[in-house]
Amino acid sequence: MAERRRPLPVQLTRRPRWHLAARLRGWFVSAPPVAYLLVFFAAPSLIMVVAAFRVAGDYGGLLPLVDTDPATGAMRWQVRLDNWRTFFTLEGFARFFADPIYLEVFARSFGYAAITTLICLALGYPLAWMIARSARRHREALILLVVLPFWSNFLIRAYAWMILLGPQGVLSRAVNAALGWFGIGPVQLLFNTFAVVVVLVYVHLPFMVLPLYANLEKHDPALVDAARDLNANAWHCFWRVTWPLSLPGVWAGAALVFIPALGMFAVPDLVGGTSSLMIGNVIKQQFLDSRDWPFGSVLSLMLTLAVLAAAAAAAWVARRGARRA
Amino acid sequence: MFLYLPLVVVVAYSFNDSRLNAEWVGFTGRWYVTLLHDEAMLLAARNSLLVALTASVVSTVLGTLAGLALYRRPRQRVLPILVLTPIAIPEVLQGVSLLIFFVLMNVSLGLVSIVLSHVAFCIGFVAVVVRARLQGLDPSLIEAARDLGATPWQAFRRVTLPLIAPGIAAGALLAFTLSLDDFVITFFTAGPEASTLPLQIYSMIRIAVTPEVNAVSTLLMALTLALAALAGRIAPGALRGRA
Repeated sequence: MAERRRPLPVQLTRRPRWHLAARLRGWFVSAPPVAYLLVFFAAPSLIMVVAAFRVAGDYGGLLPLVDTDPATGAMRWQVRLDNWRTFFTLEGFARFFADPIYLEVFARSFGYAAITTLICLALGYPLAWMIARSARRHREALILLVVLPFWSNFLIRAYAWMILLGPQGVLSRAVNAALGWFGIGPVQLLFNTFAVVVVLVYVHLPFMVLPLYANLEKHDPALVDAARDLNANAWHCFWRVTWPLSLPGVWAGAALVFIPALGMFAVPDLVGGTSSLMIGNVIKQQFLDSRDWPFGSVLSLMLTLAVLAAAAAAAWVARRGARRA
Repeated sequence: MFLYLPLVVVVAYSFNDSRLNAEWVGFTGRWYVTLLHDEAMLLAARNSLLVALTASVVSTVLGTLAGLALYRRPRQRVLPILVLTPIAIPEVLQGVSLLIFFVLMNVSLGLVSIVLSHVAFCIGFVAVVVRARLQGLDPSLIEAARDLGATPWQAFRRVTLPLIAPGIAAGALLAFTLSLDDFVITFFTAGPEASTLPLQIYSMIRIAVTPEVNAVSTLLMALTLALAALAGRIAPGALRGRA
């Protein structure tokens, strides 16, 4: 260490300037992404929320609040204190609750998402467990293997299932041949609920496996050893030790599967039939086909509330579990 | 494994000498040839690459900043919400709200709007990867640099940046792939003219299913595989850190 005259402690002489500089640096770093996301994420979301209360335009879209004066080219407000009712309305909400079809679609979406989550859990947990228990040097490769299909295009994966489940597809023929042994007539595997759930599970499986694996990998094997030493059988070992410890991973995975699954629209669009529409499809229809943007916004708002509720529920359960553990 | 069966089938059938995706008839490469002559597809591919490049560059820059900010100020509320929510919410909501936003702001829907939308949701992914990488760093390295008299900027440039460079690269690759593959958000913000590869594939699946789709899919998969392998080489732990 070089010989140096010790100056006064840094805090006493330079703290204000150093502190301010550090804070400015902090803001400088976070400002660009925050600004960008405020403009392109927060603002659109707020606009969508407001749009749910607005009225549709004559040719679709939204009835404009401002207009350009053809003579002067200046912007002028169309909405005034006396005519605001032509622009804002709760009609969309009334329609949503009055017509049972929308609630039905919502319920169906919830159902699909729930089933998908459960199946992903049932399939993903053993998979994650096996990988976590395998030799350390294999783990990275195995996880990569699991994640790899996920890197391919989502549409391709759905399309692949369309081939497999189509009437000429390999799976279709195999299943129908097996069923034929029992005298059951040919079963259609595509363009119905079955196909939708299968593809939903397939698409979301990595989302369940990864958090579970991340959690299971960190378990201390000594805990399980201790349980065995105390004469617990295999089932007890799992149920009393491994499972409770893995619950945070379970909830993380469930949230990562349930929430996106709720809003899916491409999957039912491609492989679902007319009776397996999900809320995402209806939203898309409203926006792009019927061009009824306010009502589409109402549906989106409902979906957002549902997602927030699901996320809050997951967070609450996770916190409760953490407190108990 | 069950996960791979569908993909294998797609690849296999791309060589199938038949218009229908049903029986295995013969081995041929002619669907790939058709692909190369398909104008619409080539245009879409070019657009996709353009969009993905631009979006990944912008979102990597912004995402790295975000990752740094997330790491340094873990107790803050605003930034994490803004950055991480786009990852978790259904894409439909984002697509729809961006559509309304662009139309209201009189931004014409086209490649530009696609890039802007992609950046919005890629920032989060890059930020998470960079933050994970930062968390794996040894902070005493930076402290050592500061002790040796470096200014914060120098410490960042010469110590932190090189150390997290693999994480940044992995994040960039991730953003590129996500942008290339994105369907839902692009679907809403593309407008009537612009077309990207996923959109093109989608209309092909819905309207005219030929093994050309398989060929395109195979090529796309090969590309993504190559990118994934690249990412794996650069930053082996970064992908896992995402979960």
